[in-house]
Amino acid sequence: MTALAHDRETLLAQGAPALLRQMIRVRRFEEKCVELYSATKIRGFLHLCIGEEAVAVGVISSLGPGDAVVSTYREHGHALARGVPMNAVMAEMFGKATGCSRGRGGSMHLFDADLRFYGGNAIVGGGMPPSVGMALADRMNDRDDVTACIFGEGAMAEGEFHESANLAALWHLPVLFVCENNRYAMGTALAREHAETDLTVRAASYGMVAWAVDGMDVLAVREAAERAIALVRGGGGPCFLELRTYRFRAHSMYDPDRYRDKAEIERWRQSDPIPRLTGELLAQGVVSDDEVATWEGEIAQEIEAAIASAEAAPLEPVSDLTRFVTSERQTP
Amino acid sequence: MSTMTIAKGINNGLRVAMEKDSRVVLMGEDIGKLGGVFRVTDGLQKDFGEDRVIDTPLAEAGIVGTAIGMALRGYRPVVEIQFDGFIYPAFDHIVSQVAKMRARSLGKVKLPMVIRIPVGGGIGAVEHHSESNEAYFAHTAGLKVVCCSNAEDAYWMIQQAIETDDPVLFYEPKRRYWDKAEVDETAAPRELFKAQVCREGTDATLVAYGPMVKTCLQAAEAAAGEGKNLEVIDLRSLSPLDMDVIAASVEKTGRMVVVHEASTFLGLGAEVAAEVQQRCFYHLEAPVLRVGGYNLPYPPSKLEEEFLPDLDRVLDAVDRSLAY
Repeated sequence: MTALAHDRETLLAQGAPALLRQMIRVRRFEEKCVELYSATKIRGFLHLCIGEEAVAVGVISSLGPGDAVVSTYREHGHALARGVPMNAVMAEMFGKATGCSRGRGGSMHLFDADLRFYGGNAIVGGGMPPSVGMALADRMNDRDDVTACIFGEGAMAEGEFHESANLAALWHLPVLFVCENNRYAMGTALAREHAETDLTVRAASYGMVAWAVDGMDVLAVREAAERAIALVRGGGGPCFLELRTYRFRAHSMYDPDRYRDKAEIERWRQSDPIPRLTGELLAQGVVSDDEVATWEGEIAQEIEAAIASAEAAPLEPVSDLTRFVTSERQTP
Repeated sequence: MSTMTIAKGINNGLRVAMEKDSRVVLMGEDIGKLGGVFRVTDGLQKDFGEDRVIDTPLAEAGIVGTAIGMALRGYRPVVEIQFDGFIYPAFDHIVSQVAKMRARSLGKVKLPMVIRIPVGGGIGAVEHHSESNEAYFAHTAGLKVVCCSNAEDAYWMIQQAIETDDPVLFYEPKRRYWDKAEVDETAAPRELFKAQVCREGTDATLVAYGPMVKTCLQAAEAAAGEGKNLEVIDLRSLSPLDMDVIAASVEKTGRMVVVHEASTFLGLGAEVAAEVQQRCFYHLEAPVLRVGGYNLPYPPSKLEEEFLPDLDRVLDAVDRSLAY
């Protein structure tokens, strides 16, 4: 549990290498998923967060084990950052029985109740009201746990955002609203879907503290998340963080990405959170090239092991599909 | 033994559930100070406080979704939806989240929540306030759907629904809210997900639930005057369906009429009829008939008596079945 917010200098000296390693781990995992998708090992839909790793890592590393994470369909990074084992995530991508949702959820529904990771969710805005409910339960029990509700800026056009923001603020609940603003709701740019493009203004209108952060800078994200979490945990009511980020790849593997200017993508790539922090840490002598190379090797091994494990794992037996639907086993 | 209305039966049942288990929390629009539009929660906020009987804003998706989160954290929320037609904003949460959370979590997460919905017409309230939408939810795996038809079931079934570890949609026949009956609060309750033979007969089986049970009992009474001996079954549970009780009855009578307010088109009656023809084919003396609402938007209030199945329509179907 992080009691005091760290400033950038402290973070650089202490936590930054671990954050960098986590970002690299998420990036390499997803890059491998692209290959596996092309090889039809992973089927269905695949939404990558490449470019947005600083959000997943910066926010989720700031939470304590008792806190909850409610996520979106672009959640591989969130799940890995939360500590869902890579083997379980990879097997879930493969649709295998050893996956964290037994293969039933796939890429969009990674779930781990034990880690209080309440899932990816293919319904945009679907996780918002349940986040309010968990926070209400915590407030009623005088628990100081925080529920981090992560969503994209596209979800702010859904009614659920407004209902949930109102309820959380009205009842003064410990919800951290985390808006991962990658500027495109699938193919629709921010300004084409929101009348008020300053999202913090809209959140603040419900009476909660709201501010925007450079979502390409993991240290800035971490610093802001720690401050926001301390505020929420301390009984300050809900808080809203807008993390301005960008996805380098298309919305999904099916998306031809015709709605973005190549120059725009190139411009955002200049602030890729991984080389940015790597450069800073190398320059300051906090990490060495050798260390980064060691991490890369370890991560590559971890990914290969996860793939081997997923390949070897069985599918859920068809006869088991009636399990876990309701509390008693039912014949179909 | 006490005499109570269906509304009071539910109210008393909620009270007992809340006294027994501090995790039971009620949520809904105007359920606290006002006691709900139909006064089903009357007096509960006064006795249990604003944290146990929570007045919410007008936000059905928000309320049902909030209840999901409460259930994830160990509560047993009971959500009141003010009218049947107001459930639709929450439809997404019910079918996409509530119904699937257990499967998604390998059974580690259970959602013991109850969604109470006053259902059906007969109060002169036109569309959005007179709908019978139970089949939408009965069609979704992961949900349980029940409907009470009398005060005794109202009292017990709401308690049993709250004790169930699965999400339950609890339908209440709103035009019967004020029907009174004797309730024995000390008797052992019937099982929640079982159908009930509420009148025994030998000539034909009437299957109904909710508001139509009373109509069918009246029809059976009238038919008895003409020497026809009808059996009446109250389904009580719409998902799961208790087909054993129905099949046993049809094997005895050879004839069946299914009655509900909802449109017959793809309604519960279609499922019951399909199951019965598979299970009781050689026992059937006549085709299974259905009496129900029409496949139309709910009609103007002055015309709803034409729309809702009544004694005459039920008896007409019985006659057709017997004449086959």
